[in-house]
Amino acid sequence: MYPPRFRYEAPRSLREAITLLQEGGGEAKILAGGQSLIPMLKLRFASPGMLVDINNLPGLDHLTRDGDGTIRIGALCRHEHIERSELITEHQPTIAAAAPLVADPIVRTRGTFVGSVCHADPQGDWAACMIALDGAIVAEGPGGRRSIAARDFVTGPFQNVLASDEIAVEAVIPPPQGEARGGYLKLERRIGDFATAAVAVAVDLRGDQVTRAGIALVGVGGTTIDARDAADALVGSPLSSDAIERAAELAAEAAQPRSDHRGSASYKRHIVRTFTSRILTQIDRSTQKAA
Amino acid sequence: MTSLFNEVAPPASDDVPTRRVTITVNGEPRTADIEPRLLLAHLLRQGLKLTGTHTGCDTTNCGACTVLFDGRPVKSCTMLAVQADGHEVTTVEGLASPSGLHPVQEGFKDEHGLQCGFCTPGMMMAAKALLDENPSPTEDDVRWALAGNLCRCTGYQNIVKAVLWAAERLGGPDTEPETEEAS
Amino acid sequence: MAIDEVKIGGMGARQKRVEDNRFIRGKGNYVDDIVLPGMLHMEILRSPLAHARIRSIDVSKAWDIPGVRLVLTGETLAARNLAWMPTLSYDTQAVLATDKVRFQGQEVAAVVADDPYIAKDAVEAIIVDYEPLPAIVNPDQAMAPDAPLIRDDKANQPDNKIFDWEVGDREGTDRAFTEADHVSTIEMHYPRSHPSPIEACGSVADFDRSTGKLTVYMTSQAPHIIRAAVAMVAELPEHQIRIISPDIGGGFGNKVPVYPGYVISILASILAERPVKWIEDKTGNLISTGFGRDVYLKGELALRKDGRILGVRMHTTSDHGAFFSDAQPSKFKIGLMHSAFACYDIPSAHLTATGVYTNKAPGGVAYRCSFRVTEAMFFQERMVHAAADELGLDQAEIRRVNFVRDDDFPHRTPFGFLTDSGQYTKCLDLGLAAIDYEGFRREQAAAREQGRLLGIGISTMTEPLGAGNSREYDILGIKMFDAAELRVHMTGRAILRTGAKTQGQGHETTWAQIVAHELGIPADDVVVEEGDTDTAPFGMGTYASRSTPVAGAAVSMVARKIRAKARKIAAHLLEVSEEDIEWELGRFYVRSAPDRGVTIQECAMAAYSNVPDGMEPGLENHAYYDPPNLTWPFAAYIVTVEVDPDTGVWDVLRVVAVDDCGVRINPMIVEGQIMGGLTEAYAMANMQFITFDADGNCVGSNYMDYLLPTAWETPGFELHEVVTPCPHHPIGAKGVGECATVGGPAAFVNAVMDALKDTGVRNIDMPLLPDRVHQALTTGQDVSGAPPVDPEAS
Repeated sequence: MYPPRFRYEAPRSLREAITLLQEGGGEAKILAGGQSLIPMLKLRFASPGMLVDINNLPGLDHLTRDGDGTIRIGALCRHEHIERSELITEHQPTIAAAAPLVADPIVRTRGTFVGSVCHADPQGDWAACMIALDGAIVAEGPGGRRSIAARDFVTGPFQNVLASDEIAVEAVIPPPQGEARGGYLKLERRIGDFATAAVAVAVDLRGDQVTRAGIALVGVGGTTIDARDAADALVGSPLSSDAIERAAELAAEAAQPRSDHRGSASYKRHIVRTFTSRILTQIDRSTQKAA
Repeated sequence: MTSLFNEVAPPASDDVPTRRVTITVNGEPRTADIEPRLLLAHLLRQGLKLTGTHTGCDTTNCGACTVLFDGRPVKSCTMLAVQADGHEVTTVEGLASPSGLHPVQEGFKDEHGLQCGFCTPGMMMAAKALLDENPSPTEDDVRWALAGNLCRCTGYQNIVKAVLWAAERLGGPDTEPETEEAS
Repeated sequence: MAIDEVKIGGMGARQKRVEDNRFIRGKGNYVDDIVLPGMLHMEILRSPLAHARIRSIDVSKAWDIPGVRLVLTGETLAARNLAWMPTLSYDTQAVLATDKVRFQGQEVAAVVADDPYIAKDAVEAIIVDYEPLPAIVNPDQAMAPDAPLIRDDKANQPDNKIFDWEVGDREGTDRAFTEADHVSTIEMHYPRSHPSPIEACGSVADFDRSTGKLTVYMTSQAPHIIRAAVAMVAELPEHQIRIISPDIGGGFGNKVPVYPGYVISILASILAERPVKWIEDKTGNLISTGFGRDVYLKGELALRKDGRILGVRMHTTSDHGAFFSDAQPSKFKIGLMHSAFACYDIPSAHLTATGVYTNKAPGGVAYRCSFRVTEAMFFQERMVHAAADELGLDQAEIRRVNFVRDDDFPHRTPFGFLTDSGQYTKCLDLGLAAIDYEGFRREQAAAREQGRLLGIGISTMTEPLGAGNSREYDILGIKMFDAAELRVHMTGRAILRTGAKTQGQGHETTWAQIVAHELGIPADDVVVEEGDTDTAPFGMGTYASRSTPVAGAAVSMVARKIRAKARKIAAHLLEVSEEDIEWELGRFYVRSAPDRGVTIQECAMAAYSNVPDGMEPGLENHAYYDPPNLTWPFAAYIVTVEVDPDTGVWDVLRVVAVDDCGVRINPMIVEGQIMGGLTEAYAMANMQFITFDADGNCVGSNYMDYLLPTAWETPGFELHEVVTPCPHHPIGAKGVGECATVGGPAAFVNAVMDALKDTGVRNIDMPLLPDRVHQALTTGQDVSGAPPVDPEAS
């Protein structure tokens, strides 16, 4: 309940922040929403030498949509902002479905989307959405900016590819190839529980043809799982009950769950199958209705 | 809290770096020299003696420490006090106005929305944040908005009623808030 | 003219709570809010291992940290004969480990420092060298012939068994089973749970060397018991010990025992000669303090074809952790487990019980429960449910057939308790009507046609509240009664003190209502104080729903003593003989001239200004109440659910509760208690449990794993009442705080089992996680034991 000592810095510019990170070497941690980092400090699971608080950096709290349909989520955009965004409700169904299921309503006022992706908790909701959406993380370091595909960004439990002097400044979701459809289902025993299992699905449709698909799994492996084969099985043809069943099966195969007090491995795999199928069936039904 | 908190006094030890912060708490600017690791909840409780904000868990689940940070509810055990520098914090002690209790406070008493009282301040702050934005919530709206706050005593039904009671009171054009005595 | 009792906040008034005035302003005064001049802060180092020998403890780095004032280990305590302390069940418990650690989270060392952050830094700097030992995490392992001995500190403890105990009529029960048409057998586990009040435990110990006085502010539901225990453990004179329980952030049984943290903080204050505050964190609370349940049952019912139960056999195996520290009356080893089946008219029953040590936290507290009655009633209602299904009988009918009839009281229960009153069938029928039982059965059948799984669960029970009487009930030899003191001031206002201690139950409001009822003094004119052993009269404390049955009765009795004296004063004022005086609420009058009277307030004034010759002035008194028997509230809980066959997730559709807790002093508060209890029942059935992996690592030691439901999941509750006054309680009340926690869980589980009836599954052990329900649905097999935690198992 009492964090260890650390040096605290609250830079006013990105450049200053990066300089501080360089100074801190591997000992510095970035503090954004803090809804995972501060509990870890309190439990003394983490004891960084320096905290670089980026909450005062200007221009990072944006949530915008470019002319081409690209969605940009700044490093200080809070979960709550996403949950309430009409832009998201209108244009990005996977994110819209996941937003109310992140943590609890009070945590959502403070926690950030990008911070959650960076935290790389295998139970994290947003990393899965980003992978399903073929999203990317833009990082800035001393050498400038680079964009990292979400599926390459997370390298393991609580590990990402950022260098110790890089800051993730933005999450980018590319424009859909047609109409963006998708969903997110999470089995949690109560609000704020970690997922027993969750599934993020994003499907782009042109007419009834699937032009692009992504499926990512939460809580069923050491890290967020990109169920690439399952998604690929959907591309190039219309959604059908056969295609859905096949994708659900492949998603279940991609899961690498372990038994724990939330449920057995076989059950978690079953939930992946069931949720994948449910989301896709829902998309299929609403598409048919629209047609 | 000798080394962690000094309300504008020399730091306890030269070894321990402190920072001077000014936070507007319940409308009043408060300046203090604090260790950066001090949690906002502890600054409020130990430093400013505002013990209405409680801490109930270590893991950001229970919400007993909920306060308003620039008007939005946050768990004050999950923010560093230094982060509040230059910001506004409202605690349960700032809920009532000189003219009387906030309707949420009255509602909790009227509808028996509390028993041991430990979760109550956080619960009321979350409720106030809801009503500030949504003056006429449904029962589901209330249950959803309070899902970051745990209560072990009441079973929530009366808490929900309390918030709906307050919403009605706030919404009624011709109702005057009761005075402290009448509550 | 008689006073309107409801207007003065008397019996039956939905009086708004007076304590709320401070709580809603954030002006409660909990232990962590207490700040004393010069106060130091204490943090505890806990064992990361479940079973290990301590090779060495190196505290040098902790001492190096500026601001550290004391570092305490078992050795420090042993030098003062304080390393071990007695438990509430005649065992011993380590305060700080000296030889071995015996459960994960056990207290190993403590640091006292200028602030808690520094204390925590120093705790982290202590280095303990452990030699790991194999951990025992369940009774089977504990009783294995080659099991490592957990309590090698005790002489005459050759194995890990704590007790074998039995009660009931073995032969008669055997006979019943030979005569039965059908024998129903079921095995279950009631998982380990934790009361988990939102406020954890804590204390501020303040030893004043100049006066020799020790004052301890602490989270105790039973401050007088603590005073006695501290006197014995710390060898301090009892009159120099003052225990103060300020506002308590929920108790639910967790805050009954004496915990090491309290004891260490006391010693620390004596050594440091400064006040020392210890505030337990949530992990410390969940991992080390009094748990509830953790009992295995093998149950058998002997039945006739028509559902009549002829005999009951129960064998329980209980897992008490590393120290036998159950909070329970000393006569009974497995609490009041043998209160099972009290609402049914059954000729014979027999219970055998075995208790074992394991490498788990000690406790066995009465978690919102009168000493294991929660397990008793759960087992009872699950056994009845299973038997009805086996016999093809309706779930309501099997209960009606076996209920004790309204005209059959007093009734001897199968295990020998005496129940006194009740209208069991009326309660059940009211509940069935409320939920439209027949209609639901039709809906359920129609839904089944569409592949939807609906279920309805019934749980009916009467349970014993309000321990003692003192003949049978004591804790560590201290008899279980309670006292109240009432002082009426000259203007007719009053102060009442009792030996109970509210933790949210609203005593400050309710006790004043009893005074209003007995004396006609408005409740608003009575201030209630509890929790300070220097000022409050003796009492056994508040747990096991005993406040209203015992302390509440004492309030009534002391008020009646006051009224008796006031009557004499009234006779004096009215210049008639006492025999000519009549009483109506708030006023004495002359029988032959009802207009001639004096109010209770006028009598109070006279008590200080105009007493009859020879009468002692003043208007105050005290009463000790030793209840003649337990009280026996009844409840019928009915729950409907829908189970998602694809995922095993179940949603609660409706919860109907019919409670007969006798006369309700404040119906609003009673309803609040019932709803709180139902929520814990739902939590236990659905999500709330503590389990351990093979190494004894505790799963459920924080709120990320130990789940309390939020407002979102918690169902709505529909409450109904029946009132059968308790014949021996002065105001006819029976107690209510725990009823719904005791009777509720079986209603939820029975509802899910009813939804799964076609699968042939007879039992899923709690919690009914979606995984476990799904497993039962797909395999048709029972699901037993704690949920898997072994990462390799699947």
